Amino acid sequence: MAWARNILRVNLTKGTCANEPLNMDWAQKYLGQRGLATKYLVEETDPKVDPLSPDNKMIMATGPLTGTCASTAGRYSVITKGALTGAIACSNSGGYFGNEMKNAGYDMIIIEGKSEKPVYLFVEDDKAELLDASAYWGTSCWDTEEGIKAKHQDPQIRVASIGISGEVGVKFSCIVNDMHRAAGRSGVGTVMGSKNLKAVAIRGSVGVKVDDPEKFLAATAAGKEVLSENPVTGQGLPAFGTQVLMNVINESGALPTRNHKEVQFEGANNISAEAMAEARPGDGKANLLTTAACFGCTIGCGRISTVERSHYTVAERPEYQIASGGLEYEAAWALGAATGVDDINALTFANFICNEQGFDPISFGATVGAAMEMYETGVISDKETGGIELKFGSAKALTDLAELTGKGEGFGAEIGLGSKRLCEKYGKPELSMAVKGQEFPAYDARSIQGMGLTYATSNRGACHLRSYTVSSEILGVPEKTDPTAIEGKAGLVMAFQDATGAVDSSGLCLFTTFAWSLDDIAPQIDAACEGEWTAERLVEVGERVWNLERMYNIRAGFTGADDTLPKRLLKDAAKTGPAEGKVSGLGKMLPEYYELRGWTADGVPSNETLERIAL
Amino acid sequence: MLKSLQIDPEKCTGCLQCELACSYENEGIFNPSKSRIKVFNFHEQGRMVPYTCTQCDDAWCMSACPVDAISVDAETGAKVVSDAACVGCKVCTIACPFGTVNYNASSGKVIKCDLCGGDPKCASACPTDAITYVDANWTGIDKMRNWAAKTDSGSQAEA
Repeated sequence: MAWARNILRVNLTKGTCANEPLNMDWAQKYLGQRGLATKYLVEETDPKVDPLSPDNKMIMATGPLTGTCASTAGRYSVITKGALTGAIACSNSGGYFGNEMKNAGYDMIIIEGKSEKPVYLFVEDDKAELLDASAYWGTSCWDTEEGIKAKHQDPQIRVASIGISGEVGVKFSCIVNDMHRAAGRSGVGTVMGSKNLKAVAIRGSVGVKVDDPEKFLAATAAGKEVLSENPVTGQGLPAFGTQVLMNVINESGALPTRNHKEVQFEGANNISAEAMAEARPGDGKANLLTTAACFGCTIGCGRISTVERSHYTVAERPEYQIASGGLEYEAAWALGAATGVDDINALTFANFICNEQGFDPISFGATVGAAMEMYETGVISDKETGGIELKFGSAKALTDLAELTGKGEGFGAEIGLGSKRLCEKYGKPELSMAVKGQEFPAYDARSIQGMGLTYATSNRGACHLRSYTVSSEILGVPEKTDPTAIEGKAGLVMAFQDATGAVDSSGLCLFTTFAWSLDDIAPQIDAACEGEWTAERLVEVGERVWNLERMYNIRAGFTGADDTLPKRLLKDAAKTGPAEGKVSGLGKMLPEYYELRGWTADGVPSNETLERIAL
Repeated sequence: MLKSLQIDPEKCTGCLQCELACSYENEGIFNPSKSRIKVFNFHEQGRMVPYTCTQCDDAWCMSACPVDAISVDAETGAKVVSDAACVGCKVCTIACPFGTVNYNASSGKVIKCDLCGGDPKCASACPTDAITYVDANWTGIDKMRNWAAKTDSGSQAEA
């Protein structure tokens, strides 16, 4: 129960779709979604594979709770070797697609090989087929989703697709589902594009059962109560969305600004949740139109916005005088503070283009920030940028590059390399603000010490969703720790990583953990799934998943030397704010972290550790 | 007191907990495709709108049914389909001007909202009170109260 116990295996080279039973022994060890799909990837592929080769596989995976009435239980993840990073990639998305896949009767869809011509996978319950996608190739995620629904005359189909950026190989392309939700990071959409797979379209009507319905309804109702009474999940996120953080993080001196040259942005208030809700001078309306929840979510942090009609980006283009998803905090930071742009309409428009053409606003904005620094220091000029005046703070440069990157045209094709490859190309690798090739999200490692260790050790490259210690260090959840202190952070990061590994394997959204501990989550999983599921067991699953991902990366060629941060964060102190004078204390935290993990001094899980966690 | 489902689309976030609750109550499984209430998402306009049967007094579906399979629940006023009597002819789905009676191919019967016998699960599952179950004679009372508060606040402030 809870699991559909069924996998759809699609071989694009052969053009075949076949069902097979889910390995339930593995499900008991890795739960589902992130953990279980990683196990399949590890067993079925060579970690040294080129991410864009037909030998790389791409797995769309739900968790056991996906499709049930537990709050937020609509998640799915895409697991593959990341095109941006060459490391294990696992990108998690909300919206409605995950539920549809589970409701069609699948825990996972494993996609292998490469199609000769562009195709899309069409699934109606137990019927699955590969169909010609030539009508959609070269079009956006929006046009693809609408086109497929129109072609099948079924508005209830849920679609996950890539835009032009994924087709042309922009390294940080997403898979976008339900028009604006995305499996966003590490270039999972780029992998999909390399396989000539334009979209996965699903209509499901099989339903999802749980092991003990009465217990499950009680456990999930109790969980929802906890969420609604918590100040973060019951008030902050529903009222302001993730953008509730913009001013908070800026005041903490942890808002990386202009490619991490500074830690506070003078324009933060102009791009904040408060600014989104402010009446525009032109039409008296706010950019923020409404709140949108993902499937099953009783928090509802999602935002739907419009761009002011008189703004230069949309004034002559009625097709963009619509509503779409955003701004969300990480995107607002990357498109705004990282580039020094504080024009909220420009940010919202750039975010629309990310939704439309399917690329990650975090990596995009951060890469534009790095390019701006190279432009301002004379490393690149108008010759390289094709005449774009790439100065920090230029809204026009940002929105022009968003459109070019979405189609892989002009200098947008170079932005599409990501900051690591771009900065290396121009001989300035130190200007790439990234770990393992993936750009930082919106928290400065000098000001929130736990995040420095989080980024350095994250298995998918710099990421806030692998251990969100901001929760403890800034918000005081579950308990307040000093963001500038390094003592105790190794243990904190490890605990967050393990808990996150379990939550990401369940079908639930990580944001529940602002309110839920594993003691709140375990009863919901226990009631839904066979076996005894306790909080302790979930920690074990999380630790196992973390080490499994680590071993994949080590076999892919990563070493402890990759667990590092750019020199800027290790040497150049924060200039202002509460962390003024501080650099990241990674050097002190990392050895302690390795030891707590039971890894060697080189960062390799020891044999005893692997045995202890049954890997 | 007769009660009625009251839907306020402005409060809807599109989470579909109503569809989950409805399908579980009626089918014993989490399956939005079998829900009697549907939430429509108008993405480009940023609007989410829950929609279900309004339980017409003079119900087209009931009048159209050739085998009298639809009857009125005296307690709740709901128009209820008898599975035993329904022959799956679908005439009611044509008669209903709102589209809220639908055929269920797996059972061969039509399905529609029956107000869960007076405890509609969609309403109790809704986290934002976009769906409530209220006095049928006063479905507008909240809107009236809100407007009353707005229109009166000026004079209060000036006084």
